[in-house]
Amino acid sequence: MKEFIVLGVVVFFSVLTYWLVEPFAHGQMHKHVDSHQFQYADLPAVTKQGDATAGKDLVMGAGACSGCHSIEADGVPAMMEPDMAAASYGVNPPDLSNAGAIYDAKFLTDLIKNPAHALKVEHKFDPASGAMHPMVPFYGAGGDMDQEVADMVAYLQSIAVKPSEVTSKMAFENACGRCHAMKYANWTQMGETPNFKYKKDALRYEARVLDYQDSLKKYMGKLPPDLSMYTRSRNHHFLSTFIEDPQVHLAGTAMPRVGVTADGADKVLTYLEEIGDPSKANGDRDRIGMYVMIFSLIFAIFAYLWKREIWKDLH
Amino acid sequence: MAHFEKANSIGEWFDQRLATKTLERVLAKEYWIPKDINFLWAMGMVLAITFGILLVSGIFLLMYYQPNVDTAFDSVNYTIMQEVGFGWLWRHVHAVAASVVFLIIYIHMFTGIYYGSYKKGREIIWVSGMLLFVAFSAEAFSGYMLPWGQMSYWAGMVITNLFSMGSLEMNGVVEWIRGDYVPGQAFLTRFFMLHVLLIPVAILALIGIHFGALRIPHVNNQNGEELDYEVEAEKYKSGNKAASKVIAFANDFMSKDMFVVAVYLIFFFYLTFWNYSFAMDPVNFDPADGLKTPAHIYPEWYFLWSYEILRPFSKDIGLLAFAFAQVIFVLLPWLDRSPNAVPASRRGLFKYWFWIMLANMIVLTTMGKLPPEGINNTIGLVSALLFIGQWLALPFVTMFEKKV
Amino acid sequence: MGKAFGAVAGVGAVGALYAMKRSWDPLPSVKAAGFTNVDTSTCVENKLVVEKWRGKPIFILKKTADMVSSQTEADSARDVIIDGAHFTVAIGLCTHLGCIPAYREDRTDFLCACHGGEFNASGIDTKLPPPSPLVIPPFKVNGTTLVLGEAGEEYKKMKESGVTA
Repeated sequence: MKEFIVLGVVVFFSVLTYWLVEPFAHGQMHKHVDSHQFQYADLPAVTKQGDATAGKDLVMGAGACSGCHSIEADGVPAMMEPDMAAASYGVNPPDLSNAGAIYDAKFLTDLIKNPAHALKVEHKFDPASGAMHPMVPFYGAGGDMDQEVADMVAYLQSIAVKPSEVTSKMAFENACGRCHAMKYANWTQMGETPNFKYKKDALRYEARVLDYQDSLKKYMGKLPPDLSMYTRSRNHHFLSTFIEDPQVHLAGTAMPRVGVTADGADKVLTYLEEIGDPSKANGDRDRIGMYVMIFSLIFAIFAYLWKREIWKDLH
Repeated sequence: MAHFEKANSIGEWFDQRLATKTLERVLAKEYWIPKDINFLWAMGMVLAITFGILLVSGIFLLMYYQPNVDTAFDSVNYTIMQEVGFGWLWRHVHAVAASVVFLIIYIHMFTGIYYGSYKKGREIIWVSGMLLFVAFSAEAFSGYMLPWGQMSYWAGMVITNLFSMGSLEMNGVVEWIRGDYVPGQAFLTRFFMLHVLLIPVAILALIGIHFGALRIPHVNNQNGEELDYEVEAEKYKSGNKAASKVIAFANDFMSKDMFVVAVYLIFFFYLTFWNYSFAMDPVNFDPADGLKTPAHIYPEWYFLWSYEILRPFSKDIGLLAFAFAQVIFVLLPWLDRSPNAVPASRRGLFKYWFWIMLANMIVLTTMGKLPPEGINNTIGLVSALLFIGQWLALPFVTMFEKKV
Repeated sequence: MGKAFGAVAGVGAVGALYAMKRSWDPLPSVKAAGFTNVDTSTCVENKLVVEKWRGKPIFILKKTADMVSSQTEADSARDVIIDGAHFTVAIGLCTHLGCIPAYREDRTDFLCACHGGEFNASGIDTKLPPPSPLVIPPFKVNGTTLVLGEAGEEYKKMKESGVTA
């Protein structure tokens, strides 16, 4: 009996210390931010029903989207190589093929009308001081502007894959991959790094990546970090709320709100885990952990039986 | 050469050449341990097993780790964690064991303090144990440098700076230790060497001394009872095991030890697979960047109490307080003036001294992690002063204790 | 003779120890880390520029007229004047334990996240635990270029008057 009291004392002080230096201290160190489930409540609700056919005309015509954005899914190729695009715009404008599936409709609607507002980077791009966001707002094609924007969004949704078909990799590449590299996925801001037969070609490509990164550095103020290990260096809740609204965690940051849907954000986080911590993502760690726990339990039972047998004579 | 008979069995063949039967008798069958002990007496075995786990997992990490500032981070986080078969397992096991080993060391240490197991005759056990604590600390610190993440780099910066001795401004010493103005390649490679060779060798040697020092004074028991080992051993050997106050190291003591080890392993593996962030700080998964200090710098949990003794004071006094905290435990056998080697519960004022010390070290540990702001600074200062005061008061607290 | 033998062995040990000590010294290539030239003409007032010199961060801060007019004499003594403008030039490592303090533009001061130490815009410590002001690295002014690593007249004067360690 006395032995259990001793055990109780040891466990009490160990758990107390653990609780104080881990959950308690980290709670004190980090600001608590609540998730809003990617509702984007600050953005106006979408009121109009969009028409994809009309939207296509606007996107290709009066909206002038295809002037900068490629839409591979509908046969619009990129106008420039990524490094050249970054030199012109600061960052390579995204291909719009699957934008309708990855980004929130409310966000896209606001983005088309006022990019800096939807992206929450108005502290950086203030038309009053002449700093314009590189994406030109849509000023309307002469009709009901809300209807026109709704049409464009409907078009983007019509050409995109179904939201359920968006892979974790697609979500990451679309939403994050033009600013963030991912070394462990062989990914740079230019895209997946190809294999080169000759060293000079590899070096040339690398130089182009560096050029891209220089443009990006100028545009963002600093080079956005490589995300390979972010699944281990930041916790899940932090990453999720950060993606939802970077300003809440890091007021004044140059990182825009990317406007992904809740599902899109989940996929991005899944991808981070697949690349940064595959033994967890593929279930190995949990599975092997269970085996080891079961073995340890059996080991303990046998250890106890052996001890009992030996101590039988000693008492 | 001595004369050898033809051996009748493999056992006999070895016995002729290595005296294995004698060894078995001296080290196991007739190595006497008191019977009146509890599971805390198994912590030595738990530590030995944990050290073994560290050694084995370390060997496997060593095969793919690259001690180079450009590749170290990736060799750990990509090659070992993602490519090497079960590499992630070795790394988690190694990191968690490195942290948990300190929990067990502290339990082992406070057990020793509580039961008075450092007193007359057992000083060398205590001192070699404290040297092991220092060696394990150095081993933990040098190992912490190897993944070359943000915490590695900044811990390396802060700790090596301690060697400038405050206002003495001995920057030359700091640069000599680093081999550079800031932690860099020379620093990483030499700490790699320390981690995988010099310190482990020192630890092995110290473990030898620690075990050897137990031999003559024997292990203490739950009541601090002085046993006549010859008499008790005779009782045991004559078959009256139940009446004897001693048991044999093997298999009597071993079987109990192994049961405690088994329970410990369940706890250990739970941490390894599901609750490891206390041992693998998230910040260290950001690669080292000499131009960006992390928002919060704190050492691993087991260094927090001594870190907090450094923190609330001005630089020089802080360093002196820190140095005091590092060496004072070693002097415990001489600071405790009481004639009693019995549990703290039976020792007047010392009983309170013990529990206050334990509670205060937990407070220091907590404050060492919290940001140094507002009330935290005051609590930290008071706790640090209390810690120092308690040690200074120890001879007086124990001086008037009566022999029980 | 045993003692003499021991003494000879001791001489050998001392020699070996010396060799060991030398092996831990910084390499010549590390020591010869060159000079860093900084063009100060592009500096913006109240915006901290961080340069790298011998692996250490160097803070370069151009002060606004307000900051210059409101500062004390001790602050002014640390100013590096380049082309009429006042600059703070300092090694960006906290004098407590070597963390990099962050510059707070709104409060024009430095805060060290490690142990909460603070320095004013001139790099003078204003809150414990740092025991002394930020160290000024050896520098020389060459037109609008600041050369780090070379001790110019201004630096020598500062060093002699004890403005910097």
